[in-house]
Amino acid sequence: MKGFWKLAWVEIKIYLRQPEAAFFTLVFPMLLLFLFGSIYGNKPSPFFGGRGMVDVSTPAYLAMIIGSTGLMSIAITVSSHREKGVLRRYRATPLRPATVLASQVIVHFLMTLFGGILLIASARLVYGLRFEGRSLDVLLGFTLSTLSFFAVGFLLASVAKTARAANILGMVLYFPNLFLSGATIPKQTFPQAVKAVSKFIPLTHVVDLLQGLWIGDSLGKHLLEIGVLAGLLVVGVAVSAMAFRWE
Amino acid sequence: MPPTTPAIEVKSLAKSYGRLKAVDGVSFSVGAGEIFGMVGPNGAGKTTTIECLEGMRFPDAGELRVLGLDPRKDGHELRERIGVQLQQSSLPDDMKVWEALDLFASYYRKPAAWKPLLERLEISDKKNARFSKLSGGQKQRLFIALALVNDPELVFLDELTTGLDPHARRSMWDLVRAIRERGKTVFLTTHYMEEAEHLCDRVLVIDHGRIVALDSPANLVRGLKSEIQILFTAETGFDPAPLRSLPGVTRAEKNGEKVIVAGQGDRLIVVVVNALDAAGVHFRDLRTEQPDLDDVFLALTAETGLDGGSR
Repeated sequence: MKGFWKLAWVEIKIYLRQPEAAFFTLVFPMLLLFLFGSIYGNKPSPFFGGRGMVDVSTPAYLAMIIGSTGLMSIAITVSSHREKGVLRRYRATPLRPATVLASQVIVHFLMTLFGGILLIASARLVYGLRFEGRSLDVLLGFTLSTLSFFAVGFLLASVAKTARAANILGMVLYFPNLFLSGATIPKQTFPQAVKAVSKFIPLTHVVDLLQGLWIGDSLGKHLLEIGVLAGLLVVGVAVSAMAFRWE
Repeated sequence: MPPTTPAIEVKSLAKSYGRLKAVDGVSFSVGAGEIFGMVGPNGAGKTTTIECLEGMRFPDAGELRVLGLDPRKDGHELRERIGVQLQQSSLPDDMKVWEALDLFASYYRKPAAWKPLLERLEISDKKNARFSKLSGGQKQRLFIALALVNDPELVFLDELTTGLDPHARRSMWDLVRAIRERGKTVFLTTHYMEEAEHLCDRVLVIDHGRIVALDSPANLVRGLKSEIQILFTAETGFDPAPLRSLPGVTRAEKNGEKVIVAGQGDRLIVVVVNALDAAGVHFRDLRTEQPDLDDVFLALTAETGLDGGSR
């Protein structure tokens, strides 16, 4: 893994220099938190099963961050690196191809984690966020969800011929995932028809898994979500491995 | 490496894209310490050849040895020892110059110190600039720096000066010569004949994937057997007819005050000037026009040079 950490560190710095990427990962979730937090507060309500709005929304916003780094950041970074010839230039060095891809995974994982920690810390400090789950289970669920969506991001970068196409594909997938999964608008407010559609949206399973683990569900209670996300991971990796091009 | 071993040996290299034979049976070798140039029209097979040598592309057929390694099998080891400047490549827009060098240095077993490299390439003042803010010349300097960051034995430069202004191009030439003076072998492609003529020890002319000539620039020009022209100004009463009987002269014409004498041979100028002097002719502004590599190139790629030459 020669060059791995240095490459990852440089890519993190580059990530933070791009305002739009940093905005969706770090700033936007907090804006939503403060917007809805200031409207509804975090008082326990029967509508949210005896919990507050922030208690229910925070794990959902985690899912939103995962969706944005997976469907947008990974797909756009990798495809634009390819389009511009950055991957080509790396290929002319002894750097292993796996190192290049692994560094993208670790960089985006750390950025997603960083965005999540910022969000949780703000929710805790400002609205007294309650946590009833097990940290390790939440971390496991978060990691599986993140890797699954990263695999989809790599898939998009593999099938899209240009960075622009990857960008459009990412957006077309990102926004339905964002609004129909319960990641932004609580699912409790959805009409029946939308709830039915929501079951077929991949990010819904991330929202359900993280919200469940957050209030203390066992991993075993969410085998459906875990199965769907693991399947997404396998398909994403398999298709990317076949279709990925360096130039 | 002992000086007797060539840096590059190529035998019957072939590579097709679909039905297009990009490189069609090319053989040559490059000696250690040489500046070797490959010239040809766009689409002649230059980049395909160079990328096969770098291990970036896999040839369909042929034997390749680069620094004694097979680029197909030992690509990883080879890339430790060669420096590469690609025709089409880039860095992330927001990567800074020093970060790129520091990063690329970390990819190699035995990296060179990159700070002196920045100074040698005169981009020290751009150390903290982002890649997207560099000019074309500065980007090329950075790419050369990246190609030298592993202190390679052999450097590949693919169309190094394309798109640069004449001043930047000249300073690139100085850089290439400096690379060779440090004992490295340079393999470059260009479509500027002037560049090949000034820089290269030997030039390979390629067209339609085949070698059409391979020699030193001076020998290529000599081999062209084209005419030297002597041009001067003489008073209106001057009669050029006697010049036509001089040895080597094929043509002597006068147009107003301007006289053109054309012919062949190394002694042509001496013969003509002596004859003029002996006859007491007052001539002014004498100059000669000799064929250069441009003429060689046009002659060698003539069948295709005007239409299908660049696809």
